[in-house]
Amino acid sequence: MLLSPYFSLAVLFVVALGFGLTPLALAWLWARVFSPSKPNAIKNAIYECGLESKGDAWVQFRSAYYLYGIIFLIFDVEAVFLLPFAVAFSGLGVAACLAMLVFVLMLVEGLAWAWAKGALTWA
Amino acid sequence: MAVDENLKIELGKQGIIVTSIQELYNWGRRSSVWPMQFGLACCAIEMIATTMARYDMARFGAEVFRPSPRQADMMIISGTVTKKMAPQVVRLYNQMAEPRYVIAMGACAISGGPFKQGYNVLKGIDRYIPVDVHIPGCPPRPEALLQALMTLQKKIDGQTLTGPDRPRHLDRDAQGEFPVPHQGEHDLEPTSNKGVWPVPITIK
Repeated sequence: MLLSPYFSLAVLFVVALGFGLTPLALAWLWARVFSPSKPNAIKNAIYECGLESKGDAWVQFRSAYYLYGIIFLIFDVEAVFLLPFAVAFSGLGVAACLAMLVFVLMLVEGLAWAWAKGALTWA
Repeated sequence: MAVDENLKIELGKQGIIVTSIQELYNWGRRSSVWPMQFGLACCAIEMIATTMARYDMARFGAEVFRPSPRQADMMIISGTVTKKMAPQVVRLYNQMAEPRYVIAMGACAISGGPFKQGYNVLKGIDRYIPVDVHIPGCPPRPEALLQALMTLQKKIDGQTLTGPDRPRHLDRDAQGEFPVPHQGEHDLEPTSNKGVWPVPITIK
């Protein structure tokens, strides 16, 4: 095993793991032996400059974000299909190019629809 | 099992440092006491002057004033504590993570100061929270605040890790939550926290 070319890597791996885990283990030991945690209600309360915070911190989610998510998804999938075609189209025939052109035109029509609908204006 | 002081000095002269975990722990804690950004009145101006160029407090480790109590080690009560502000002061003290220390700066924080007869003045913040260092003065000079910081550092140095007189943050059973007063009909209720402030007995 000592002759394996990966032996030094294994040593490095173990040392790196120890480098990360040793301070965590020491901190856990220190907390157990010397310094116990003492939580209480006020200490864990939300900080608001010394006042009691009232009510939820949840705000209403802006639903307009979903539209941009959908448009991104469509064009991302289109890109996934376009990329292998882009590297291999020189070896394919005319029929393949026409099929891909139809595919792209269909998605461009979708973009034109979204544009005309006003979905791309942030209002 | 502490090493004899003279032996330590002799070894130090030869370039050998001997220390203990307790010394290291206290040295680390006292050399980086981070105060909380907390100024109430005129003493706060002196506190700000202490952090500035001439009386630099950063040399002692009190470099960054943390706005959040969770990240602060020390709270300098600088200025008059009104009865309206007192619950917030106590709540902030409770929200600080242990170990935590309090410096009562100026006469107002110690006992109400020149405004002691005021109806809305809290006669000293040590009615509700335990104070470690009191600085007399109105306002105390920045050098006085620096000396208070050094006194606090000496106090931290002398704290033990184990044993019956270990500090509050190492003791699971020590008081961690100090009750927050609320504004009653005429005065704060309670007027002082039990165990923190000994109520003086009036002798008629």
